[in-house]
Amino acid sequence: MKQTPGPKENFLKGIIKENPVFVMLLGMCPTLGVTSSAYNGLGMGVATLFVLLMSNVVVSLIKTQIPAKVRIPAFIVVIASFVTIVEMVLEAFIPFLYEQLGIFIPLIVVNCLILGRAEAFASKNNLPASVIDALGMGIGFTLALTVLGATREVLGNGSLFGFRFVPEDANTFILFILPPGAFIALSYLAIAFNRLTRKVA
Amino acid sequence: MTVKKKASSLFNMVFALFAITLIAGISLGYVNELTLEPKARARLERKVNALKNVLPAFTNSPVDEAVRLSWEGAPDSLEFYPAMQDSTLVGVAVTGGSEKGYNGTVRLLVGFNPDGSIRNIAVLEQKETPGLGTKMKGEAFLKQFREKDPATFDLRVRKDGGQVDALAGATISTRAFAEAVQQAYEVYRSQMEGRPNQTRKP
Repeated sequence: MKQTPGPKENFLKGIIKENPVFVMLLGMCPTLGVTSSAYNGLGMGVATLFVLLMSNVVVSLIKTQIPAKVRIPAFIVVIASFVTIVEMVLEAFIPFLYEQLGIFIPLIVVNCLILGRAEAFASKNNLPASVIDALGMGIGFTLALTVLGATREVLGNGSLFGFRFVPEDANTFILFILPPGAFIALSYLAIAFNRLTRKVA
Repeated sequence: MTVKKKASSLFNMVFALFAITLIAGISLGYVNELTLEPKARARLERKVNALKNVLPAFTNSPVDEAVRLSWEGAPDSLEFYPAMQDSTLVGVAVTGGSEKGYNGTVRLLVGFNPDGSIRNIAVLEQKETPGLGTKMKGEAFLKQFREKDPATFDLRVRKDGGQVDALAGATISTRAFAEAVQQAYEVYRSQMEGRPNQTRKP
């Protein structure tokens, strides 16, 4: 067994070395689906960060009480509960974001990033390490979604976080707001990200 | 680094799942109870804001006086909101919808002046293509409907022989929009026939 990494590496790996979106390509459904604007990407990222943090905490706390054969259904119930809580809270207090994210909020349940961290990390590590892991992965996911959303919004709509910098009827690359543009933008961002991180390393 | 887990005996498995689902169920019920009122308030606020947007200033509460009616070809019931200023009818807002949007339903709230002309239109629900069909929410598109009376203004896209300028590259969305306005107008007409004089005793 290799030596256990310290908290700092544990935190940073989620943002850089094992970035869920640009390196591991996890959670592609929300990544491609909601990132038509920077605000949507940020909202989805924060909602996922919250669910990931809470599920990692709970899974880490109950890991010794769960028989191995039923661990997946147990984790899914935990995750689904927190997603439902997020959905209810968003509808009640941030209706605008709730409308924008729509169907993608319930789909956080099947975001393999969350189940993946519960299974691969939180069920094997103690509480502080799981919290740091969730924060690193969640922030990495949020940053990636915001950057992807910003790229698509700037190219496709000529605005950033809703602030337009081209006239209303200007011709923008509408392709980037449409689903195919999500794949194109993601692939080029992943290339750039991996180039940069490899150079630093 | 392996964590000691409980053995996967039948009792352990059943007990663990039962405990988890029980706790999850109770906490969800609790949060649902907590958010029930804010959720209803958020929905109402959205509705009132849309009404204020399409109607002139009113002193009554159109949401409480709304008439719900089923309409041929409309999946949901349509709503009819009268706006009164001191027992004089100053405008009416009607919901209208169309299933022919590029991605499903388009639902609008159309505000009418008492003379039957359109005052303003708010988009309640749409799933059109971002950057194309979503421009139906834009001022440039909406202003062509203002102060037009659907009795004389042909609510069809120009391509189909009407008078509505289509959004560039989004004729299907425009068609759905026009159809929803038309439906709202028909509902408005059918309702107004029942109240010939435009004042109503409080």
